[in-house]
Amino acid sequence: MIKYILKRFLGMIPTMFAIITIGFFLIRLAPGGPFDQEKKVPEQVMRNIEAKYNLDKPLYQQYLMYMGSVLRGDLGPSYKYTDNDVNFYISNSLPNSMLLGSISLLVAIILGVLVGISSAINQNSWIDYTGMSIAVIGISVPTFVVGPVLMYFLALKWQLLPTSGWISSSNGLKTLIMPVITLSFPYFATIARLSRASVLEVLRSSYIRTAYAKGLRSSVVIFKHVLKGAMLPIVSYLGPAFAGIITGSIVIETIFRVPGLGKFFVQSALNRDYTLIMGVLIVYSLILIIMNFVVDVVYAFLDPRISYR
Amino acid sequence: MKKNLLFFIVALMTVVSSFASNNAEEGNMKEPVVFRLINGGEPASLDPAMIQGVPENRIYQSLFEGLVAYDYETARAIPGVAQSWTVSDDNTVYTFKLRQTSWNDGVAITAQTFVDSWLRELDPNTAAPYAWFPSMFVKGAAEYNAGTAGAEAVGVKAIDDYTLEVTLVGPLPYALDAFAHYSFGIAPLHTIAEHGDSWTNVDKIVTNGPYKLKEWVPQDKLVVEKDPKYWDAKNVKVDQFVYLPVEDNNTGYSMFLNGEVDWMTTVPTDRMKEGLLRDDVIVSPNLATYYYVINNKVEPLTDVRVRKALSMSINRTELTERIGQAGQIPSAAMVPTMEGYPALEGNTFNVAEAKKLLAEAGYPNGEGFPVLPILYNTSEGHKKMAEFIQAQWKENLGIDVTLENQEWKTFLSSKNQHDYSIARSGWGGDYQDPNTFLDMFVTGAAMNDMQYENPEYDALIEKAATMKAGAARFEALREAESMLVERDQALIPLYTYVKVNCIDLNKWGGWAPNVLDLHPPRQIYKK
Repeated sequence: MIKYILKRFLGMIPTMFAIITIGFFLIRLAPGGPFDQEKKVPEQVMRNIEAKYNLDKPLYQQYLMYMGSVLRGDLGPSYKYTDNDVNFYISNSLPNSMLLGSISLLVAIILGVLVGISSAINQNSWIDYTGMSIAVIGISVPTFVVGPVLMYFLALKWQLLPTSGWISSSNGLKTLIMPVITLSFPYFATIARLSRASVLEVLRSSYIRTAYAKGLRSSVVIFKHVLKGAMLPIVSYLGPAFAGIITGSIVIETIFRVPGLGKFFVQSALNRDYTLIMGVLIVYSLILIIMNFVVDVVYAFLDPRISYR
Repeated sequence: MKKNLLFFIVALMTVVSSFASNNAEEGNMKEPVVFRLINGGEPASLDPAMIQGVPENRIYQSLFEGLVAYDYETARAIPGVAQSWTVSDDNTVYTFKLRQTSWNDGVAITAQTFVDSWLRELDPNTAAPYAWFPSMFVKGAAEYNAGTAGAEAVGVKAIDDYTLEVTLVGPLPYALDAFAHYSFGIAPLHTIAEHGDSWTNVDKIVTNGPYKLKEWVPQDKLVVEKDPKYWDAKNVKVDQFVYLPVEDNNTGYSMFLNGEVDWMTTVPTDRMKEGLLRDDVIVSPNLATYYYVINNKVEPLTDVRVRKALSMSINRTELTERIGQAGQIPSAAMVPTMEGYPALEGNTFNVAEAKKLLAEAGYPNGEGFPVLPILYNTSEGHKKMAEFIQAQWKENLGIDVTLENQEWKTFLSSKNQHDYSIARSGWGGDYQDPNTFLDMFVTGAAMNDMQYENPEYDALIEKAATMKAGAARFEALREAESMLVERDQALIPLYTYVKVNCIDLNKWGGWAPNVLDLHPPRQIYKK
């Protein structure tokens, strides 16, 4: 098992190396540069700027310099936001994305599992239909529609909440409500459907029939036997879900003015801010790879056959 | 027992009375005046030498002050660090008398501060993106920035601690207003020497403007508060400005409607109609032109008759009324109307003449005319404009054009490489003079996207640069503009922009619409 974990862990290194290398060259292929403006600067000024950021050097040399600084933990200066480096912007904005993502995922898990179980136990009743109808809406309506609709009703029409902002503002925790609802909605929907299907499957298995036959109370069967078996697919979904919810909050961050990493990701791509794009790409890739690694390890613990393959 | 009860009552009364007195004190305290505004994007920098763009300029005007500042009504120069100035007879040498003032850490600001700051901006190693702007004005600046001359060649000199002499490249009548631009700003070199690039962080920054930096949370907010050390602090009325970097116009407008911000700098296009009905939405002409640039080297656009036909077949009034919808001013001139310089008529809507010209060029009723693309950057507004023009050319000339949409940087790259036939363009003036719209089209200039080459035009622009302010100079510029948009039709002007601002002027004073859309925070007050 330890050998398996070590192997998987070391496997992350070439993956990251490949991502950084491909990312570096791919971004440079995009037309337009970081310093192109509508008010074009004269050639001499452009030459000065390019020399300052080593953009006048051959691409392979820029790549080697970049890799060298990444290995030292320095993600370089931002070409657009020149007062601070990429490390600064990432360390300032990532915690906000993580906080929003974690709360949203927690809400999605609690509500999703509750609705999923209720729907499965009350299969084909109004509870089941209501729960699954909400889940269908959550899956099919995109967040960029849900967000503004919530803002229209909760903030503009009923004046219950501020339109947007972050917890550091005077509105405090109230600012979390709408982005959390919007971000957790599709994940809630998926978890609810997964839990329902999984609980139904377990309910039909023979060991549950045996438990009922032994005369156990319904609540004991559900909480002691059904849930234990039914939650495995949910647990395995949480890895990619966590990575997705952190990296997928870009639209929500823009609509609700959350000072998270997603906004930098979009802006840096539009600005061709090469170093900032690379920095965010590295962070997002690390989150994804680490979560996949965690899932692999958890799987290996749950099903030891995997680690022998 | 009784004793205890008495003690409890006395203690309770003491606590209650102390609360009451506290409340009374709080009631007497003046509520700080806070002005919140939507500032578009996250500021790229606070360093006057490194900034460019409107959001950064708004913050610059609260944190820093140069020789002169802008008047909120006219956007013309008013005294800043310089309290007075004189100009030489030939209008090429400005001598500024500085007031005795200091950075907010107490270090004095002298004429040498200006010399050092400007040289830092122009130093090729600083790589200041707006270094080209002072280079257009100050003698020797362009050469120093290009590395072909030393710092001593730059025409800026400290005569004594409080006298600064600036020598210009010519008698540029718009120079004084231009000195208010951030690229002529000053920077605390002693702080920069100590902290390097991170000198603009909240705990390190030293400024000289009416406000000082209080808080800066990237992508969240930037807060400045009144600086009691500012030389004119007694006339600064707003205690705090909160700059919110909101890029989404719908979010920003919703915040304004919800009373969460005091100033929103636009109205989303799809909400313009309802927005224009509001008392707190203010529309004003802007010193900016929306135009289509024509690649003068692409067939058949090389033929001036074709270019004129394209211009004359567009109904600009219908374009602004149906598509613009915000009160844009239809115009076939490159330079918008300004003091002493009314806009040219240009080659306006005349279908019969357009058809005649196209036929003369060899394309009667558009027959045989190649299908050209109109290039525009991703935006619903630009798309609608392009669709309208496509329909006009089809209807009035019988020619087909396609629409090509590109993402912003890709679009800029295509234009830079002259890889287009007809493309959308826009230009906002940096100062109130026709030259800001005309000198960029001289042969080989960076902004000359259409590759226009006309020695006569170049000579007129050069001649105007050596002339004093007055009718004769405007006449030279007018002749040049006429060459550009009437005789040669190197590009197709479509309309003059307007600025749409959302602000309640019953509540706020010291804010007025002006052609440069500049609203210095120092002058804003609560009514």
